[in-house]
Amino acid sequence: MQTAKHVQIVLKDSMRDVAGLHVQSDAKKFLHIDTGKVKTGKIYSIVHPMPDDILLAFARNSLCDCIIHDLYIDRLFTSERFPAYILISKLPGVTDDEGVSAQKAMCDFLNIPFDYGAHVIFTHEIYYFENPLNDERLKTIAEELLGNPLVNRFEYGKFSGQVTYIPEVHLESQPQVQTIDIFVSDEELQKISRERLLALDLHEMQAIQAYYQNQLVQAAREKHGISQLPTDCEIEVIAQTWSEHCKHKEFNATITYKDLDNGAQKTIHSLFKTYIRRSTEIIRERYEKAGHNWLLKIFSDNAGVVRVDDQRVFVWKVETHNSPSALDPYGGALTGIVGVNRDPMGTGVGGASLLFNTDVLCFGPPDYQGKLLPGQLHPRRIMTGVVKGIEDGGNKSGIPTVNGSVVFDERYRGKPLVFCGTGGVMPAYVDGKPSWEKRIDPGDRIIMAGGRVGKDGIHGATFSSQEIDEHSPRSAVQIGSPITQKNLADFMQVAVARGLIKSSTDNGAGGLSSSIGELATIPKGAFVQLANIPLKYAGLQPWEIFVSESQERMTLVVEPQKVETLFALAEDFEVELSDIGYFTDSGFLDVRYGEQKVAYLDLIFLHDGVPTKRMEAEWKKPKLSEPIIKESLDYNDVLLKLLGSLNICSRETIIRRYDHEVKGKSIVKPLMGQNGYAPQDAAVLRLDFDSYVGIAISNGILPRYGDIDPYQMAAGSFDEAVRGIIAVGGRLPDPQTDPDIFWSVNDNFCVPDSLYHPQNNPDGKLKLAKLVQMNEALFDMATFFNIPMTSGKDSMKNDFIKEGVKISVPPTILFSMVAKIPDVRKTITTDFKHEGDLIYQVGHTYDELGASEFYHLFGELGANVPRVRKEQALRIYRKMMEAIEQQLLSSAHDCSDGGLAVALAECAFGGNLGALVELPDFDLSLNALLFAESHSRFVVSVAPQNQPAFEKIMGDDAFLIGQVSGRQKLEIDHQNKTVLALDVQAMLDAWRSGLVF
Amino acid sequence: MSKMRVLVVTGFGINCEVEMAAAYRLAGAEADIVHLNEVFKERVSIHDYQVLNFPGGFSFGDDLGSAKVLSNKFKFKKMASGRHFIDDLARFLQDGKFIIGVCNGFQALVKMGLLPNIGGNFEQEVTLTHNDSGKFEDRWVTCGVHPQNRTPFLKGIEKIDLPVRHGEGKLIIRDAQIERAILEQNLNCLTYLGPDGQPTADYPYNPNGSELNCAGLTDPSGRVFGLMPHPEAYLSIYNHPAWPRKKEQNGGSEQGEGLQLFKNMVDYFSNH
Repeated sequence: MQTAKHVQIVLKDSMRDVAGLHVQSDAKKFLHIDTGKVKTGKIYSIVHPMPDDILLAFARNSLCDCIIHDLYIDRLFTSERFPAYILISKLPGVTDDEGVSAQKAMCDFLNIPFDYGAHVIFTHEIYYFENPLNDERLKTIAEELLGNPLVNRFEYGKFSGQVTYIPEVHLESQPQVQTIDIFVSDEELQKISRERLLALDLHEMQAIQAYYQNQLVQAAREKHGISQLPTDCEIEVIAQTWSEHCKHKEFNATITYKDLDNGAQKTIHSLFKTYIRRSTEIIRERYEKAGHNWLLKIFSDNAGVVRVDDQRVFVWKVETHNSPSALDPYGGALTGIVGVNRDPMGTGVGGASLLFNTDVLCFGPPDYQGKLLPGQLHPRRIMTGVVKGIEDGGNKSGIPTVNGSVVFDERYRGKPLVFCGTGGVMPAYVDGKPSWEKRIDPGDRIIMAGGRVGKDGIHGATFSSQEIDEHSPRSAVQIGSPITQKNLADFMQVAVARGLIKSSTDNGAGGLSSSIGELATIPKGAFVQLANIPLKYAGLQPWEIFVSESQERMTLVVEPQKVETLFALAEDFEVELSDIGYFTDSGFLDVRYGEQKVAYLDLIFLHDGVPTKRMEAEWKKPKLSEPIIKESLDYNDVLLKLLGSLNICSRETIIRRYDHEVKGKSIVKPLMGQNGYAPQDAAVLRLDFDSYVGIAISNGILPRYGDIDPYQMAAGSFDEAVRGIIAVGGRLPDPQTDPDIFWSVNDNFCVPDSLYHPQNNPDGKLKLAKLVQMNEALFDMATFFNIPMTSGKDSMKNDFIKEGVKISVPPTILFSMVAKIPDVRKTITTDFKHEGDLIYQVGHTYDELGASEFYHLFGELGANVPRVRKEQALRIYRKMMEAIEQQLLSSAHDCSDGGLAVALAECAFGGNLGALVELPDFDLSLNALLFAESHSRFVVSVAPQNQPAFEKIMGDDAFLIGQVSGRQKLEIDHQNKTVLALDVQAMLDAWRSGLVF
Repeated sequence: MSKMRVLVVTGFGINCEVEMAAAYRLAGAEADIVHLNEVFKERVSIHDYQVLNFPGGFSFGDDLGSAKVLSNKFKFKKMASGRHFIDDLARFLQDGKFIIGVCNGFQALVKMGLLPNIGGNFEQEVTLTHNDSGKFEDRWVTCGVHPQNRTPFLKGIEKIDLPVRHGEGKLIIRDAQIERAILEQNLNCLTYLGPDGQPTADYPYNPNGSELNCAGLTDPSGRVFGLMPHPEAYLSIYNHPAWPRKKEQNGGSEQGEGLQLFKNMVDYFSNH
């Protein structure tokens, strides 16, 4: 090990240590530990040799801000005033962006070139505590508040003033290729799959065995000079390519579906093809018939593509990153968001200009009091870590986070759901050719761009069988590096604009094996030289290099004559490129490490050889009934409780941590109105600075409803997303009347394990039946509204299992929608604007309190879940479009969680105004009138002079229910009695204090 | 007369360059967005421009403190011919030209000593550090403009609504002497205002707890101007969170208040 110099900066005593204050208050609030005053500091361990005077100058100028910091070198800060400390270091191989930045600063200071391959500055955080805490308490603070044992190393006790630990990576192994004997019995095959963590079942292992036993294959392998038995790399590549993540085996399975209530039975050959892809194909046919088609790319490539106009296309993708976020919430979410950024960046030619992020999160309640299983993080920690990850991922990349949602449910405490989406714009044509198409010819070079390769994200086959010492790199958890990717994104945009890149794709799951494996299907072959790939540290095996999921990497397809120019451009952007091979038409994926032959796989077998899965689904309707809840409640109290409840309260504490303004194009932001309190139903962005063409972005997610009816849950989620866009002034797509209005939807399914197993998953058939119904709803809604899925994702095993306890997420579907807005100036916000405006309920309320937030308040589920009435919804939405087109509305807000009462309160939050409301007699209980969550409804306000025109358009679908008042009070009357009267401020206080962290 | 030309630098995590350039183009100037390495390799010269812009962003991920690594580069890294960038900046200012830094750009100007630069020797006199809240925050604030401010950017503006989006916007002044000089020379050109229109230290109107409630500074010459809020994010009335009402109050005008700063600069150059 090299000797290190340690530079420490700590805030001067006169400075307010905000980080320390937060630790002090969080330790008290969440861990019930009184730390006393907390002092924080940062330590840089530098292994680059420098004379003492130079080191001092570097530390003083480049690391320390001398107005606020004290500086210590080697003899670090200690004080009797702080008898306890915690030192937090990173484990070997864990991303240390700050260390890299310090290294860049050092190179600038010394005027020496930066070496991507040398890690010479390591950062640590140090916390000093005023109270003499024992080791057990320090350990608790370290592990449960400040760091995560999966990525951090902790020291605690009394600080000696010395740091000795440096997380350098040392690996001793020599790169070599091993073979795996798969000419063995079925039991042995399953053992191989299990021990190497291949996640392949027996049928799949047998298919692999059959391939290698095929005489033609054997002859080809002999000619190539590679072993008859599969190499380790080949097995890993097949496992990656055939993974659920890449091949969606369950969404492509043959499913036998039985309805136990009526005995009906049907067979579904692939949920994906039958419902999802087919629905979009039907819609596309309708558009083509009408002579228009803005659907350019669906369900292929990294993201779907639709046409905005002649000049540009819109591209977007929503992904999930659930399991990594359960292990390390910060790293998981950060990697999720910067990871999904690369999907639009790697679609078609690539280099899309990224316009926005959206994040939908499902957590357990942050105030959860129950027991935690080993390895299970507290929901509050998961939430704060995920939010911080998204904050850094979006803000540091300069991409506004404009839309999102947070859902709380006990069942997400095993595994949170973290949906991350990114949309961008590309020029329609690059070099005169369609930008959304991937063109690759034999001879084109394969260029890897961005970060280096380490053991990150490798599933750990070797990990579990290898002894871990203090210099083994940690690979299970990845932490993204937004700054590395920002440089890469900037570079790609310019390189694509200059015509230097022919196609590109990202390196996500499966790393190079997936990205090159997929690209190779276009020219029908590829040759890869693994020895050319730059590594984070020496000692990786060839197969590890090929499947590593190290982040911030793109694979670029470059014509040979353009390679030199591209490399020069990359140098300007400080992006590392490596030329790692070329495409062929050999039909094979040919991978070498130097002279060693690492893999030689038939591409047809690799991509089409996976056997179809067979699964069983059985549906039985749950037996449920409506509870009896009296109608003489204290409705003031009920509404305040609802407003403060986790699923309804303001998300301001989260929203404001995300930059939603960067790029200067946000028109309807998550919070609007005079004081910035009013929540909105969808985000609106303009696309450029000299026109008012824009897009609206919304989402729909209603997992609670699935406990009663999974079909209505999915249909309702779809409706929720549509009405969000209608509420802000969007227009439905229509092949006849609005041929240029594109809609582009990502569907994301996150479900528990739905594969039946008599012991491990006895209700697997019912879970699968729910999934089938969710797909049926998707098909029905999409084809009815002509709103197409363009991309999506399924995550099939969202269960947490430890010590015989299984916590499964409720079957969840998220619809993320984007629609073109012809003129953003005509969009509408939710806040009441003028005293005297008339308030209408648009749409119809039914006796539908099932799974409502109102019932949840009483611990009830009920039975009457809101149903989507498609025809009625379409009629109402068209009327809303007409009213907005004629600019008759002052405000519009959708009715969703908490029903009409909550919607009215939220409309009042934006503008120092109140409302006087007289509930209509709909022959419904007062509870339903106020709190039913029936779909396709809005609260709108209309200036009195627009009353006749508005009522003429709406006919029987709108009900005058009141007037905006100058008094800051919401008063609701029913049958000549005041049933609710609350000050807006009181409601606002309740609503804004529901989620403070 | 030829159009005013401005340079907007980018790279290393700067991320507001496009809207910054758009601001000048809408105001009638020519704007080039250039990667800083093009400047360091001396393929592009700042001296070909009248205004040099350091936009917002997260240069180097805010590692080591906001804009710390960037300002370090400006001070110490040698350009292709061996000069230091900061010396080029000095010459640029001597030529009577202007520099503006927004958010991360402001942090860079402060940390390389261009603001407030009372001593005139580019020594760091103030800093911008973590908000009192300890959090990054995106919110709109109202700023008052010092009537005796020295920058043409703020000409004719008394009060302005703008978004802030930062985690490190709290101004800390090195000592009482510097503070006195800032006040005496009217360098604190922008101040966070409360709902009553008075300067305030109260959160969230003052989003970070800045000393002097200060949101922006100029140097004594008025040629260097830095501010935490983002004028380039308010080019259109439709950027404001209360735009429907704001538009009614403004008699239907669609111009954002932030655009005026850039128009002012174009006017300044057409009159000089």
